[in-house]
Amino acid sequence: MIAKLAWRNIWFKPLNTILSIILLMSSVAIITVLILLEKQFEEKFNSNIDGVDLVMGAQGSPLQLILSSVYQVDAPTGNISYDSAKVWMKSPFLEKAIPLAFGDNYRGFKILGTTPDYLEKYGTKIAEGKLFEHNFDVVIGNDIAQKLNIRVGDKFFGSHGDAAEGEVHENEAYTVVGITEKTGKVVDNLILCNIPSVWQMHGSHEEHNHDEDVSSNPAHGEEGHVHDDDEHNHVAENPAHGEEGHVHDDYENDLTIDEPGMEITAVLLKFRNKMGIVTWPRIIAQNTKMQVASPAIEVNRLFKLFGIGIDALRYLAYGIMLISGISIFIALFNTLKERKFEFALLRVSGAGRFKLLMLVMIESLLLCVVGFLFGTILGRIALMLLSNSAEDDFKMSFNPYEFIWDKEGILFLLTIFVGIIAALIPAIKAYNLNISKTLANG
Amino acid sequence: MISTKDITFQYPKGELFHMPALFCTAGNTILITGNSGRGKTTYLHILAGLLRPKTGSIEIDSTDIVTLSERKNDSFRGKNIGIVFQKPHFIASLTVLENLEMTSWLATGKKNSATAKKLLGQLGLTDHASKLPSQLSVGQQQRVSIARALINEPKVLLADEPTSSLDDKNTETVIELLTSLSKEYKAALIIVTHDSRIKEKFHNQITMI
Repeated sequence: MIAKLAWRNIWFKPLNTILSIILLMSSVAIITVLILLEKQFEEKFNSNIDGVDLVMGAQGSPLQLILSSVYQVDAPTGNISYDSAKVWMKSPFLEKAIPLAFGDNYRGFKILGTTPDYLEKYGTKIAEGKLFEHNFDVVIGNDIAQKLNIRVGDKFFGSHGDAAEGEVHENEAYTVVGITEKTGKVVDNLILCNIPSVWQMHGSHEEHNHDEDVSSNPAHGEEGHVHDDDEHNHVAENPAHGEEGHVHDDYENDLTIDEPGMEITAVLLKFRNKMGIVTWPRIIAQNTKMQVASPAIEVNRLFKLFGIGIDALRYLAYGIMLISGISIFIALFNTLKERKFEFALLRVSGAGRFKLLMLVMIESLLLCVVGFLFGTILGRIALMLLSNSAEDDFKMSFNPYEFIWDKEGILFLLTIFVGIIAALIPAIKAYNLNISKTLANG
Repeated sequence: MISTKDITFQYPKGELFHMPALFCTAGNTILITGNSGRGKTTYLHILAGLLRPKTGSIEIDSTDIVTLSERKNDSFRGKNIGIVFQKPHFIASLTVLENLEMTSWLATGKKNSATAKKLLGQLGLTDHASKLPSQLSVGQQQRVSIARALINEPKVLLADEPTSSLDDKNTETVIELLTSLSKEYKAALIIVTHDSRIKEKFHNQITMI
């Protein structure tokens, strides 16, 4: 009954109540988003570093090198000579060296030339189909398969560079041979092929156009109008067309990984012992035109940069929470005067002092619980929206349904604490109310 | 039944009041009259256990409420004493019926909706049960106060100037209801008033000088 009365009382003055709840809700929402974002962001970033001690790539910003090669979010620093990279990749210090060659994109999803080791590094298995074997075979990430509704056996043309609007490479179609399992890592949003595919797509362009195309590939001209929008459907509808030369079955003339004088973008390095991790950055910088960068260090630097913003937001949220506490206090304190008779009446009807104290406390706590509930929900809605835009821009998604019990539990306790503090003085005043005096003056 | 003996009361640094002895059995009425400032309301608050007298005893059905602890006093008052105030006060956020139910719950732990509805019927307020108290007229509000005072079937019904803000017609109704219902619910009725419209209706009067 007391709780019911408290509930009725807070809605008797809806404006005060709504103000308090909105303030609490905003602060809880901001903090919830920060908690979830921070944790999931770190998890995402750290899970992708697993198994990568250093990254070797072209000179430039080390952060950019890491972002582009490990997280696939930034443009690469440039290309490096595969011949000189190979010298280092054979080092006995290394347990594994995974070369990466950035190629084109298909509807904004990066096509990445690499070796099967790359999938192994992420512990990714092929869910459907098989690994890429020949040039222009591709394995696509699970998310892409779902978003673009691609199946094994489909074919598509890539666009140049990393912009979806780039020039379409129409001379060769990629064939989907496999789809990966969902991992929650960057692989989900990548299209993987072997490195010679990337070379052949770009390097052989000109010869292709000059000597082969015109003569043996008359159909190429017809293909000129194809946009990558009608992608695989179009090709799939034209199997005969593919056989004529677009679908690669002529493996004899393919470039191989041993082709001299080619370039790649970066190499992911895993060392056998820690020594290499410490010494390689200097050795490489002194002896080559390349650089090696540590994902752990760069990501830490990135977190520190973010950290300032996150801290600022967090202080703002705590500030709002303080204001909401004050707002609850003022609301309770103001109504105390008008409610003096109510309190006296409750006492006359047999309620002890303690019940009045509880009544005021419960009113404040109800506000806090409601504010907290709405705040958690609002925070998750905000994260969902954020996740959608992050997905579009960075191919990175957040899970709004995750609950981080310890941190959110602390936030809940903090909210309750604000409620208790805000109600303390009004509750004590109600506790100490002199009924006789109140009634005599009424 | 209520009886008092040798009651004196003193506000901090105030003058000493000697309260007249009083005896009232169930179903009967006693009027306490006198000019303002003579301690009529103070006496009523003492009888209700809201103020503690300096000396003396107040027996309500063989319980001396002066000796009760504050906590027991609160609960005793809830169960055994009904009070009608000069101005009707309510819990503004609850409806008329809920106000009665709350009063019952505080005293007995039960809502007792049946008695509440019956009382509202007897007072002609059935149609207003689900309204907020502020939506009623003053006369209606005072009748709800009577219902609230009676909901726990108290031994003693105290009324503090119950008619001072009412017109003649409502005064008549309220007094009529107070006396008839206190008889029906077997409560000793004590009315504090200086309203001459009431004085002529009652024989048992104590005048505070």
